[in-house]
Amino acid sequence: MSKELEGIVVNNSTDSELAWFARKGNLYALTILALISIGSAMALGVDTRWIYLLVYLWFGFAYGVLLQYGRFCMASAVRDLFAVGVPRMAVGVLIAVALFSLSAAVVKVIGVSTYFPSPIGWHGLIGGAVFGFGMVFAGGCASGSLYKCGEGNIGSMLVILSISFSQVFYVTQGGWLNKLVPAAWTASALSKHMPASLSVTDGWFDQFMAGYIWDLKSTTMAKILGFDGVTSGAFIGDALFCAILPSLLILILLYVLYYRKGYLRRRKVGKPTVTEHLHGIWSMLTASRNTAIAGLGLGIFAGLHMWVIGELRNHYGIFNFGELLAKMGHTAGLSIQNTVFDPGYWYITTQEAQWGGWVLHKLGMHDMNNIFYGLENGLPNPLFNAPGWMSIGIILGAASMALMRREFKWKIPSLETAVFAVGGGALMGLGARIGLGCNIGAFFAAVTNGDPSGWVFLAGMVVGAYLAVKVFSRWLDWRASRENFGI
Amino acid sequence: MAVKFNKVADGDYSLDVTGYVCPHPQMYTKKVLDKIEQGEVLTLLFDNPSSGESIMAMCESEGDDVFERNNTGGVFQWKIRKG
Repeated sequence: MSKELEGIVVNNSTDSELAWFARKGNLYALTILALISIGSAMALGVDTRWIYLLVYLWFGFAYGVLLQYGRFCMASAVRDLFAVGVPRMAVGVLIAVALFSLSAAVVKVIGVSTYFPSPIGWHGLIGGAVFGFGMVFAGGCASGSLYKCGEGNIGSMLVILSISFSQVFYVTQGGWLNKLVPAAWTASALSKHMPASLSVTDGWFDQFMAGYIWDLKSTTMAKILGFDGVTSGAFIGDALFCAILPSLLILILLYVLYYRKGYLRRRKVGKPTVTEHLHGIWSMLTASRNTAIAGLGLGIFAGLHMWVIGELRNHYGIFNFGELLAKMGHTAGLSIQNTVFDPGYWYITTQEAQWGGWVLHKLGMHDMNNIFYGLENGLPNPLFNAPGWMSIGIILGAASMALMRREFKWKIPSLETAVFAVGGGALMGLGARIGLGCNIGAFFAAVTNGDPSGWVFLAGMVVGAYLAVKVFSRWLDWRASRENFGI
Repeated sequence: MAVKFNKVADGDYSLDVTGYVCPHPQMYTKKVLDKIEQGEVLTLLFDNPSSGESIMAMCESEGDDVFERNNTGGVFQWKIRKG
């Protein structure tokens, strides 16, 4: 057996004698890469405009590689903080936020930013809290669950399925759910004079959108602080004040509450100076090398992704992939505005809602006369769903990384894990729709683009996760006492 | 599959949380480490890679020593000495 630098002993001596490309895990990973490459080449051979969709796929692959490499999960960021006092992921997320805010600012200055700020309101707090609660039980956030699918985690696949199908229910269901809608929302929705085919006064989500969300204001930190120039707005207003400074403050708080004591004890420091504390903060930032590298990488790739999509939109003269699909002769499933879901950057949950929606639509269980599918996101064939391929890319990228590190293992969930996965996933789906996004769309993409609504969602996530950890801990204690192992 | 916690010998314990996903492994490990005495050893078995990061960080912070780490086909076996 050979001892590698990190102290992981690989118990597979015959395998380690082979060249790197002949080892089983690496072979599988190379096969995945080869298949995606061949598929991409074939698609481009049919029509070069598929490049727009392939960009999503390949950036998804990059995200997947980085997420698995850094074991990057925003659920862990809040959950492990409260449950076991570990700030590793919270630190990693803040590194990614700082980096993406800079790369996003560059993209803004170039003039091809694809980001639009989200409305600010109570829905952000409530949606965030529901999402945060759900993700603790689901075992991962939206991006985390996707990458864990790539590790062979069938429980995480259940989470994705649950997120997918539960959202269809939330965005299409009327009937008895209509009774829960405040009258003011119904009236406001009516006043928007939407096409009758969308039936906006039937459906909880339609009235939530047309009667509440559309009346809210959205803004950017640059606007709030009065930075009117493109460059000063992007770098100072948005990146510095909305992302970097808040992240620094939270990092200091994390250091004080969760890292300082252990660090000073290990360094045997009695009365620490400011310099000692600064070293401590640096130690906290670099404590998990993989996480920090993943954070840096994700921040850079997320910005690159926005830039490439922005340039492609300019190149093809479109605002939305739906227009390109129409030009390519694929009109089935487009919204009435000829749009599909095409965020232009890293996003999760809406494309999963489209997967579930497409399946149930084909089974005749719902139609497109609602805002979510009919007006905004469409129900394209999953083969033509660009951000859908991004999610698949995440799974494949994570699988490749896991295979190379010999960490891929099919994990069949216990009944408890399966129930938590489905229940947690359903809550995540609900929280994502109320909050208009998940940990990526409603938090990560927002705060890094100067959108303060992202911090509102995070606040909700923190509250929800905190409560969930308390409940989870009680559950574990109960199980431990039942099984009598005296822990 | 149940979580298996056993006392193997004096000062030697084993915790098997294979099949469990976040946050079970790290939360069970924390509970066990809080209960055993300084100098005692816990052999931990788990197969959820991301839990490993949390457990590693937790041990470092609390002064517990992860002195041996093995990976056999995706199943991690770690030995931790309580600090």
